[in-house]
Amino acid sequence: MSQQHAVNGVLPKGKVLTLETMNPNVKKVEYAVRGPIVQRAVQLEKELREGAKKPFTEVIRANIGDAHAMGQKPITFLRQVLALCAYPDLLEDNKFPEDAKQRARRILAACGGQSIGAYSASPGIECIRQDVSRYIEKRDGGIPSNPDNIYLSTGASDAIVTILKLLICGEGRGRTGVMISIPQYPLYSAALADLGAVQINYYLDEDKCWSLDVNELKRAINEARQHCNPRVLCIINPGNPTGQVQSRECIEQVIRFAKEENLFLMADEVYQDNVYADGCKFHSFKKVLFEMGPEYSSTVELASFHSTSKCYMGECGFRGGYMEVINMDPDVKTQLTKLVSVRLCPPVPGQALLDLVVNPPQPDEPSYNTFIKERTAVLAALAEKARMTEEMFNTIPGFTCNPVQGAMYTFPRISLPAKAIDKAKVKGKVPDMYYCMRLLEEEGICLVPGSGFGQRDGTYHFRMTILPPAEKLKIVLDKIKNFHIRFTEEFS
Amino acid sequence: MSATRMRFLSPRNLRLVHRAPRDFLGACSGRQPGGPSCSTSLTSPHSVSSHMCRALSSLTSSRRGLPKEKMSENGISRPKVLTLDTMNPTVKMVEYAVRGPIVQRAVELERELSEGIEKPFAEVIKANIGDAHAMGQQPITFFRQVLALCSYPELLNDNTFPEDAKNRARRILQSCGGSSLGAYSPSQGIDSVRQDVANYIERRDGGVPCDPENIYLTTGASDGIVTMLKLLVCGQGIDRTGVMISIPQYPLYSAALAELGAVQINYYLDEENCWSMDINELQRAVNEARQHCHPRALCIINPGNPTGQVQSRQCIEDVIRFAAKERLFLMADEVYQDNVYAEGCQFHSFKKVLFEMGPEYSETVELASFHSTSKCYMGECGFRGGYMEVINMDDDVKFQLTKLVSVRLCAPVPGQALMDLVVNPPQPGEPSYNSFIKERTATLSALAEKAKLTEQILNTVPGIRCNPVQGAMYSFPRITIPQKAIQEALEKGQQPDMFYCMKMLEETGICLVPGSGFGQREGTYHFRMTILPPIDKLKILLNKVKEFHQKFTQQYS
Repeated sequence: MSQQHAVNGVLPKGKVLTLETMNPNVKKVEYAVRGPIVQRAVQLEKELREGAKKPFTEVIRANIGDAHAMGQKPITFLRQVLALCAYPDLLEDNKFPEDAKQRARRILAACGGQSIGAYSASPGIECIRQDVSRYIEKRDGGIPSNPDNIYLSTGASDAIVTILKLLICGEGRGRTGVMISIPQYPLYSAALADLGAVQINYYLDEDKCWSLDVNELKRAINEARQHCNPRVLCIINPGNPTGQVQSRECIEQVIRFAKEENLFLMADEVYQDNVYADGCKFHSFKKVLFEMGPEYSSTVELASFHSTSKCYMGECGFRGGYMEVINMDPDVKTQLTKLVSVRLCPPVPGQALLDLVVNPPQPDEPSYNTFIKERTAVLAALAEKARMTEEMFNTIPGFTCNPVQGAMYTFPRISLPAKAIDKAKVKGKVPDMYYCMRLLEEEGICLVPGSGFGQRDGTYHFRMTILPPAEKLKIVLDKIKNFHIRFTEEFS
Repeated sequence: MSATRMRFLSPRNLRLVHRAPRDFLGACSGRQPGGPSCSTSLTSPHSVSSHMCRALSSLTSSRRGLPKEKMSENGISRPKVLTLDTMNPTVKMVEYAVRGPIVQRAVELERELSEGIEKPFAEVIKANIGDAHAMGQQPITFFRQVLALCSYPELLNDNTFPEDAKNRARRILQSCGGSSLGAYSPSQGIDSVRQDVANYIERRDGGVPCDPENIYLTTGASDGIVTMLKLLVCGQGIDRTGVMISIPQYPLYSAALAELGAVQINYYLDEENCWSMDINELQRAVNEARQHCHPRALCIINPGNPTGQVQSRQCIEDVIRFAAKERLFLMADEVYQDNVYAEGCQFHSFKKVLFEMGPEYSETVELASFHSTSKCYMGECGFRGGYMEVINMDDDVKFQLTKLVSVRLCAPVPGQALMDLVVNPPQPGEPSYNSFIKERTATLSALAEKAKLTEQILNTVPGIRCNPVQGAMYSFPRITIPQKAIQEALEKGQQPDMFYCMKMLEETGICLVPGSGFGQREGTYHFRMTILPPIDKLKILLNKVKEFHQKFTQQYS
């Protein structure tokens, strides 16, 4: 690398920081959910505002699971407590229900100087960590959870990256390999690129409703052992972008596999309350692990992640979340605690929100009925939209769409005419990116191409959130149908 | 010796890796002939040796590359996947004293007190961190009103809120997806907030233009700083990126550099000249560093943390010239820009000085400047609000930066809203203006008084010498530790100032951070104390420090 210095008082030219001289790992990071297609959507919105004529009147951003942006209303109780915490003078106000005031008082009492403006302890406010562990115990039918194993985080992403960071070491063949599903949520591939870890792909079985097959895990790990040191297995359940809900049996198999192969398990369970399909049920990895007996429950290392951004509340902007770590080496836990302390603490309003999510109004409290009504309405609407999306997509020739058993997305397979694939290649675009760009330009609908999540070679998909209000969703689905038919005709 | 290379040693050489922080700083700082020796350690020998013992004991039961065997009760052997010897070695190098062992002990003591255990004090005072609200400072009413309105927009129909608060809340909500704080914002931050930040910077800098496209909202300033460092770090061996940081420094920097595997280049502030920065010292540091790494960035904290100095305009000019000459990317940590107390001192932003130096500099020198909602008069640490402005950044790199921040989706939206209020507070003529100014002035003048009081009282203590707290929120006095105490500390495997602070904590309940956590010239000892406690409490605290120091000195003389 050249080191230019001032010569005869003339300043050297050129930037210090250029594409050639920046961190090469950062260059490899890709995050399709907010990639070029979203940037184009933002441009289109701007053009529309400025009066430019388009074949559509608004851009619908179905690229991301952002419930409030799609018109979902916040849960009243959650926001009442947050307002009370932000401006405690309101505690004197009769308009707020007693249970909201009590929650606010309890949260404030646990904050330094009774203010959500104070830093919290780095792993999170103590009483909230206790509430989280009680919530987990209840969820898992009484399996104990230790508040010392709970770390609050800045959304689930923060915690996922932190755990990956701990796990990555070695060089060459000794470099840490991390198994992720394909399709995957691209936070994983982005974090692995950033950290310089080896990504090990295992493919979900699209023909069996995106289920996980342990034989495929075995294939992937055996191949990977030739060139890296596989140490971690990441699972997203319910699946993003694929919407499958794992069976208890499948989770058991995964745990057995992780033990056999000496893998650290990372269970991304942020959609745990988003299960819609009949016969499907969310099983936490923690619960299954403990039901498998001490041979597993006292050995397999697991980190499980949750967030305030999804489920019925959809409070993405607050960046609340937590992780629970199981069977983590105490020395490593000390290191983890030290590492999170450098960033001081997760945002305290997000911590407060998380507390309300794990400790919502109880049956004898004044806000209970409203809370249940609001929550049920959101979840029932989501279930309805999940069903509607699958049904509608499966009527389109060239679409195959698995049921949206859970989470917030559909990931249909689309057949693209050979001529369209050629055209895309001429334009230097991945075929499904070309498809999605055309859809955006012609209908104003913003989706994420399947290539951003990974897919089997020669197959094409897109991810679409099911979050728009039912009426709008119908319009979106119709528009996609019309577009697809038009697109297929054009290239046949 | 390359410290960077040492980081990637195999577990077999853990012993060396653990020693690295020490040797590493020595290697970077070098020694000045005749002057004090510069080698210092950010790690207490105690923690090093205990880690070392653990690491070594586990090594005896394992072979390199093979997982360590451990017998469980039912006879099944199951090694952990993730252990101290198989974890990311750069994470192990991270140290962050502001929340280190002394704070953990303080938390324990609080618990013991609450359980009724007798102590020589009634409460633990955590003066280790600049956490204004925890120290009793009240939030600014206007800010919290707007935040409540944004959280629960039903309150917009409430007559008890002033109109200007409602207007601000409406404006913020309008620029949120679905008019909700609960929606993700664009990754760079809410457009209208970035616009307001740009307007604020233009006003602050006397009209020097600011482009909202150069503003990135962040999760506190720390987030922005780490992101920028991440972009800058590359190369191997002698080409590895070196980053110049002041000693004493705010340990976020050393922690981030350790984690990123960058080379830390120490330049020493001049304690005898009120912790001022000397270009000759920068030159010495960069020249020595060029032997073993590739210096590419220069970090400045102004007003200083932990040292409280406020840089003169002249000094900033010199630094900019130096950065241009040596081709360094400038990182200006300006989170204490509203915390200037000393007469004759004024905050000058690096951006403003850069642009006043003319196009030769303003069009070439790359600069990132950081600000936060956590300090100044508002002290809203918990919201994790902040921004950075990038100047002269290469377009392709900016594109990469935008991509990188998009992976974490967005900075917390309540913190973004708060940032907006900080840069766009009530204006004259608006209903909240008077009470806002009153609250802000009260906080800032109390801080100024506390800065003065701290300096005065500490300087009455024989063996404590304290520079004026010109700005920021901390005092960083130099303390004389008797030889016998130093010996006892070393026998216990502790840094002498850690030993001193631990003893103070146990005897008085006052929690400070030892100077070794920030770095200091070898053979000198300091502690950092925040000046934030309310004035009555601060007086008590300072007197307790005084008594403790006298007793300590007597005990070991």
